[in-house]
Amino acid sequence: MTDADPVRLYRAVRLIRRFEERAIELVRSGHVVGGIHPYLGQEGIAAGVCAALRADDVVAGTHRGHGHVLAKGADPARMMAELCGRVTGLNAGRGGSMHAADFAVGVLGANAIVGASGAIVTGAVWARRRRGDDIVGVSFFGDGAVNEGMLLEAFNLAALWRVPVLFVCENNGYATTMPVAGAVAGSIPGRAAAFGIPAAVVDGQDPEAVRDAASAAIDRMRACGGPELIEARTYRFDAHHTFEHAVRLDYRPPDEVTRGRSRDPVDIQGARLPVEARAGVDAEVEEVLTRAVEFALASAEPDPADALAHLYASGLTARTGGG
Amino acid sequence: MPRLSYRRALTRALADELARDESVFLLGEDIRVAASNVTAGLAKRFGPDRVRDTPLSEQAFTSFATGAALAGMRPVVEFQIPSLLFLVFEQIVNHAHKFPLMTGGQCAVPVTYLVPGSGSRAGWAGQHSDHPYSLFAHVGVTTVVPATPADAYGLLVSAVRCDDPVVVFAPAGALDVRADVDLAALAPVPLGRARVHRPGDDVTVVAVGHLVHDALAVAEELTDQVSVEVFDPRTLYPFDWDALAESLRRTGRLVVVDDANRSCGIAGEIIATMVERVRLVAPPRRVTRPDGAVLPFAPALDRAVQPSREQLRAAIGHVMKEG
Ligand SMILES: Cc1ncc(C[n+]2csc(CCOP(=O)(O)OP(=O)(O)O)c2C)c(N)n1
Repeated sequence: MTDADPVRLYRAVRLIRRFEERAIELVRSGHVVGGIHPYLGQEGIAAGVCAALRADDVVAGTHRGHGHVLAKGADPARMMAELCGRVTGLNAGRGGSMHAADFAVGVLGANAIVGASGAIVTGAVWARRRRGDDIVGVSFFGDGAVNEGMLLEAFNLAALWRVPVLFVCENNGYATTMPVAGAVAGSIPGRAAAFGIPAAVVDGQDPEAVRDAASAAIDRMRACGGPELIEARTYRFDAHHTFEHAVRLDYRPPDEVTRGRSRDPVDIQGARLPVEARAGVDAEVEEVLTRAVEFALASAEPDPADALAHLYASGLTARTGGG
Repeated sequence: MPRLSYRRALTRALADELARDESVFLLGEDIRVAASNVTAGLAKRFGPDRVRDTPLSEQAFTSFATGAALAGMRPVVEFQIPSLLFLVFEQIVNHAHKFPLMTGGQCAVPVTYLVPGSGSRAGWAGQHSDHPYSLFAHVGVTTVVPATPADAYGLLVSAVRCDDPVVVFAPAGALDVRADVDLAALAPVPLGRARVHRPGDDVTVVAVGHLVHDALAVAEELTDQVSVEVFDPRTLYPFDWDALAESLRRTGRLVVVDDANRSCGIAGEIIATMVERVRLVAPPRRVTRPDGAVLPFAPALDRAVQPSREQLRAAIGHVMKEG
């Protein structure tokens, strides 16, 4: 089902890039409460992997999850409304940046607990496969997550039970401020090798390279089951979180940042398009995001009386806290 | 009438639900051969795919169940030891419980967590003897502690059918209880509905789980002196507050007996809620494990930490004397 169209891949990275930039503006103006973990610089991974997926495949991401949700096909306007805590948001204003989910397009949710998505996606794909769907799943996580025991337990379950989950490690070099070299003994593909899971390392700044690697892995997974792992080497252009500017953390050498930013997935993919085609996509994306911001800001805030709506799927209501 | 043991009632409930609903499956350690004896015969009848042995990976298989539930299944996860719930508290509380609200109602997570042998079993000592139901009631996960075989059957069936996560604690002290049961009359017991085992006029004793049988024995001993009502909440969250208030409006006196630690336990919550709602004629009392208790190994020490019939008799004496 791989989408080989370079224009569409460019549209995806450009959409994520501009979504993040507009979201950061809304953080600065106070419309997005609490800030975000920007995905700037890593767009090629979500875009490349999701280009290799079918609509009914499932994904789950991380605290840095906007790219995964958008690349899988969620509506940018509803996503922006979610960041602004509005009723029209994907999660009706109950989730925000770190929990954005859209089950209708197979997004089981951004997940704010590092390493949490691996086991959840494994269970979801296993269950759907048992019902006869030949879907696959993707669990996105950072380099920090490879030191979380539960993720490694999930590798074991997926490998043992032949569940086709693509584990995508977005190695941006840091877990908050902790460099990979100070945290990861052995290697990231080595983690997979321990469980007999095939692993590949790919240039995460090149959307087509990511797509091709994901596509090859997914074809194998769909045919014979069993997980695979991709370590996508990337660089986070901006701070860990938009709060970081306020506290001025000092952990990345300036020349490293300059070097990292020089390989921009948006430019790398953009250069593959004729100039007019690129300009056309840029204009189209701009339009989409202008409408998204307008939609978000014009949307109603949720009714405080409904603060605990959806707490129980069974219809149970919770006792109130007051008086 | 046939005698049915509490343990076999659990087996029967699982068998009936597996037979009734294809989306139900069991997951746990050594459940195929029924090491806990609760799943006896089920693998033979339903196959290893629906009675699924897991590696020792509690965190991953707990979240795997969450993922399977998100994909439309109704997993039942058996835990061999109550303290394993400490290991998977994060997976239950932070994921299974929170998903429906955080996604704005896009999903349900109907997982049952079954803990056969909760509380003290002779000789199992410090790391195998906890009874952590209050933790789940605190976070608002539906929490069930059946006392009798018929209730064990009926509450487990309701837990499996509930659209929310439910933890079912089967106290070790109740597993060998047998009762005359009309098998044809076994039926689901609604969650959140209490049961008065023995009506009385002077004092209401709220007893949790296996302590219902101790409370009934004490009430019987005291027949000539005090008329004791024995109230079994059956579900600790949601709690049947109306039924308890109704009982206390008649008796005016309250004693709670609960085999869990004193601070922040369910006994404290029961007393606080009733003091808010009902005018009692005497200060209420609770009989619990001590604060911060760790069950010591030697049998006499283990017993010294658990609530005893003597303590219950003394507490009843106090509330009778004080008002
Ligand atoms: C289990 C867990 N531990 C710690 C945190 C706090 N935390 C949030 S993001 C983060 C860094 C994660 O680094 P990495 O996995 O490399 O992803 P990245 O932020 O680089 O995308 C930490 C420590 C958390 N959310 N969950």
